[in-house]
Amino acid sequence: MADELAAKQSGWEIFSKGLLTENPSLRQMLGLCPTLAVTTAVTNGLGMGVATTFVLVCSGLAVSLLRKAIPNSVRIPALITIIASFVTLVMMLVKAYLPALDDALGIYLPLIVVNCIVLGRAEMFASKNPPGAAILDGLGMGLGFTVSLVLMSAVRELLGAGTLLGVKIMPSFIEPMLIMVTPAGGFAVLGVLIAASVWLEQRRLRKLGLPLGGSPENPCDGCALACGLDDPADPACARDAFVEKVEAALGERDA
Amino acid sequence: MMAQYASILFSMVLVNNFVLVRFLGICPFLGVSKKLDSAAGMGAAVTLVIVLAIAVTWPIQQLLVAWGLEYLQTIAFILVIATLVQLLEMAIKRFIPPLYESLGVYLPLITTNCAVLGAAILTIDEGYTYPQALVAGLGAGLGFLLAMVIFSGVRKRVEDAEPPECFRGMPITLISAAITAIAFMGFSGVIDHLFGV
Repeated sequence: MADELAAKQSGWEIFSKGLLTENPSLRQMLGLCPTLAVTTAVTNGLGMGVATTFVLVCSGLAVSLLRKAIPNSVRIPALITIIASFVTLVMMLVKAYLPALDDALGIYLPLIVVNCIVLGRAEMFASKNPPGAAILDGLGMGLGFTVSLVLMSAVRELLGAGTLLGVKIMPSFIEPMLIMVTPAGGFAVLGVLIAASVWLEQRRLRKLGLPLGGSPENPCDGCALACGLDDPADPACARDAFVEKVEAALGERDA
Repeated sequence: MMAQYASILFSMVLVNNFVLVRFLGICPFLGVSKKLDSAAGMGAAVTLVIVLAIAVTWPIQQLLVAWGLEYLQTIAFILVIATLVQLLEMAIKRFIPPLYESLGVYLPLITTNCAVLGAAILTIDEGYTYPQALVAGLGAGLGFLLAMVIFSGVRKRVEDAEPPECFRGMPITLISAAITAIAFMGFSGVIDHLFGV
């Protein structure tokens, strides 16, 4: 991963990678439980995204400040405790000021503790980098997560209820597709969104004639297809077929 | 009495299936469901950990309530679960090596599995008694196991299919999960009528 190089990265690079190239839910397939569970309405998706961003930034800062004080042997329990403290804080704030959101998010609010994005960033980035970089990284990742949650919930709310942020958008002769707000709709919408993001990335790379990313030793690391298999030997891996296609296209262009 | 327990068990397995309806434990569901034996192993390990976790966290919640420390629930539960998984791993490795061979590799992954913490919090929110909570935990685990095993079969078929390029891998897996979830929607309402609770 590029995290070891963080010292050489500019602030903007650290911040922006969470938005697009390393978007947690659409590219890294992390934190899929909340992405699927709370995105039935835009307000819920937005609330979840902001709550997770808050935890990401605060725990990133705390972990980064304490990175030299935490002994390696108890690092994971220490990180979990830090994260759980901030999650508790968020739960108290939401309960006090936004009781409706608290009802809507239910058990998914305390479950931010086990969101792989938060522990992942604390372990891979914040515990190795200075506080400023950790805050930027948390903000970028959190914002990227929020954007994909809002996108996902906008699609589901619009198709499933015909509304956006509770305002009627769809004309009344179009029946809302109730399946979109059910769990099955969640899986389907996320599948299509990930496919769309892969398609966009493929098109960009094809235009530039760029390789897929990754290295010969570790082809999945940074692979633009982001299929989530993490195993190039897997028969479902689309990498080889894609590389072939790109090379054929390049050959045609050159000829 | 029995009907009540059966109703809790089956509604956790089928109607409120942890993976396909509540979206808990999605990471292992998508990550480890490629082969039948690893899917079953993961499912069994999660079932074991959920039941044990509830056996420990339910009494702890009573203590927290008695001391007026309910706000510590999240921190207390996650630390207890992390410790429990660690101890379980050590115990199985020491006393039942064959089981460690088959389940051990999945245990470290379970600490940050939201199904376990989710089940612990859910049984508290539902206001279950201790035996009811344990049955609910068993149901949650079995539901996870069932979804994993069914889905590993679905994935085997998907691997032979040739979807459009951008749908390969994760997207087509999610679409098949959607179809599996539709199948499970058929169970809603069945349990209440069946057990008359």
